[in-house]
Amino acid sequence: MDQILSNIGLLFEFPIVNLKILIDGLMIGALFALAAYGLALVWGVMNVKNLAQGDFVICGGYVAWYLAGLGLPPLMGVPAAFIIMWGIGWVCYKVVISRVIERDLFTSLLATFGLAIMIAQILNLLFGSDTQSIKLEYATLYFGENDFIDVPIAKLIGVCMAAVLAIGVIIFMKRSRMGQAIRATAQDARAARVLGIDTEKVYAFTFSLNSAICGAAGAIIVMVWLIQPFYGITYAIRSFVIVTAAGLGNLPGVIAAGLGIGALEQYGAHIFGIGYQQAIAVLLLLLVLVIRLIQQRRKRQSLQ
Amino acid sequence: MKILSAITACLSGSVLLFSGAAFSADEAKQINGCEALTLGAAISLTGKYATNGIHAKNGYEFAISKISEAGGINIGDKCYNFDVIYYDDESKGDRGATLAERLINQDKVQYMLGPYSSGLTKAIAPVTEKYQIPMVEAEGASRSLFNKGYKYLFAVLSTSEQYLASAVALAAEKAEEAGKDASSVKIAVAVENDPFSLDIRAGVLEDAKKFGMKAVIDEKLPRDLSDMSAILTKVKLLKPDLLIVSGHSKGAATAVRQIGEMKINVPMIALTHCEAADVTGKFGDTANDILCSTQWAESLSYEDALFGTASNYEQEFKATFSDYDGKKVPYQSAQATAAVYVFKDAFERAGTTDKEAVREALTATDLQTFYGPIKFSEAGNNIAKPMVLRQIQDGEYNVVAPSAFASHKVNWPREAQ
Repeated sequence: MDQILSNIGLLFEFPIVNLKILIDGLMIGALFALAAYGLALVWGVMNVKNLAQGDFVICGGYVAWYLAGLGLPPLMGVPAAFIIMWGIGWVCYKVVISRVIERDLFTSLLATFGLAIMIAQILNLLFGSDTQSIKLEYATLYFGENDFIDVPIAKLIGVCMAAVLAIGVIIFMKRSRMGQAIRATAQDARAARVLGIDTEKVYAFTFSLNSAICGAAGAIIVMVWLIQPFYGITYAIRSFVIVTAAGLGNLPGVIAAGLGIGALEQYGAHIFGIGYQQAIAVLLLLLVLVIRLIQQRRKRQSLQ
Repeated sequence: MKILSAITACLSGSVLLFSGAAFSADEAKQINGCEALTLGAAISLTGKYATNGIHAKNGYEFAISKISEAGGINIGDKCYNFDVIYYDDESKGDRGATLAERLINQDKVQYMLGPYSSGLTKAIAPVTEKYQIPMVEAEGASRSLFNKGYKYLFAVLSTSEQYLASAVALAAEKAEEAGKDASSVKIAVAVENDPFSLDIRAGVLEDAKKFGMKAVIDEKLPRDLSDMSAILTKVKLLKPDLLIVSGHSKGAATAVRQIGEMKINVPMIALTHCEAADVTGKFGDTANDILCSTQWAESLSYEDALFGTASNYEQEFKATFSDYDGKKVPYQSAQATAAVYVFKDAFERAGTTDKEAVREALTATDLQTFYGPIKFSEAGNNIAKPMVLRQIQDGEYNVVAPSAFASHKVNWPREAQ
């Protein structure tokens, strides 16, 4: 308790801490948002709750790390991971997801959970359970008294890439034929089929796109933090929290929720201790659900 | 390449399975002209402890081949060679306990080698105890293993509360040299929430209390840690004199990376698992002047008849396993080798393969090895060997404490790199 009070005291005693926490939080939040964005897509279009979301992220990280080890410039790892993870996502769709998509919720949850375990173990067998990271030879910018705020340029680049990718996907969804088909399928798959949209193709595309987005996020994460075959769950949990909080089909909402959770988690870690960081994410989810429930109490709805 | 080795590992695993079945029909399996003496081991070959699990397995294998080359184990007038049945415990405690039962009940194993990590050892020890199977373990250092009254558990390594306790003494010494009181030293502790790391914390806080030092930060790291900037921000604000971080390889890697990025300027930083995380290779100069605790270092002057000196052990180990080229042989491997050596010694002194007689012989162990002296207390932990503190100086690990073994002077205070 004393520790918590003194931690809160620090926030007021040194106001600059708040800025530092916010910056750190927004940076990690941007990557959470990216993974969550892919999840919202798959959830909204295919009604598949992909528990392997985090493992796609880690997988993308390993792709980038492996290619960097072969001599590819680290920044090129992001597009490379995007392309390779697209392929892996497509294979996963054809082999696993396409078989469970029409089934009930639990079948798809179980299938993606199995996929998550498989991916983690395969990565472990291939690359070992060591933590890996790519060390970028960029300087770190320092601001404030005693260089209190540090902004590694690598992180900045990572966040910019995340932003570019998110904007790219949003424009793609709005403008392109495929984007329109995806949105049509999401609204009503049967109607879309009647109108001549090949929904099977749309599903495969959506799942691959999700996997590719996750892969790019992973490639950024390996440049600025660490990855390990079993870290996927961290990103999966955050993705679910964010999508649940923001709602499906609400892309700006997903991004805002991602950034918000990143920042709130950092605050929570500062005040209650870093051991509770993940607990705070889940607590936020609970809070959001309770608020939603109260908001919708008066709405008439039927169970499907 | 990795894929290939993974496939061959799978294949050879299944071949072993078949050959094992074939041999169980025979009376006694022969290895290198001597009768096989079967040991069992559940060890982490997959899961989060896989890296260190494999280090330990390599250590076991190296010892077994060395013993075999040197003519095996002489019990009475017969010679024996060790043969180990390995199972993968997937770094999970419940799996480890199940596999231990299987080794004992189905494979009829009479002696066990330990798994990797305190948590797994904690899961397996009650099983070996129940069936009265002697287990010599090399990778479970938590002191909570040695207050349960286990009679069949023997550990060759120093218990974990000793890991970083010497850093506290060193910080006190430096404070006094600088003309300050030892009690003015402020300590920041960040450890993972597992039995091993919590012991380290307990050891550090106990020693800090003796000096009257204050712990200004005392936090637990989550298991899937990839960002500890929240703690390091506090470190910047509260300016402790000693920062202790323990969270296996990932803790060491995360700490060193972010200490560099955030320009953390603490006069003394002490970690565990620096070698396993390869912090010098991954982060270069950032790792300089960080203190790392170790059970064993190849520069120490221990030696024995079978493995020669500590540095001799390292060379031969590297020659056997090409994976360690250009890296340090981790102490996890050395102590695993020592565990097998302890078994050999106990069998020879017992003069029989009766497990009770072997247990008696184990309790009387008093052995000088390349890994250090080994002598078990009533509780089964090794009380003869001290922990060593090394400092990374220009990319090299140099022993700086305790002073009896120190080859170099400690660099203090540490400058932000």
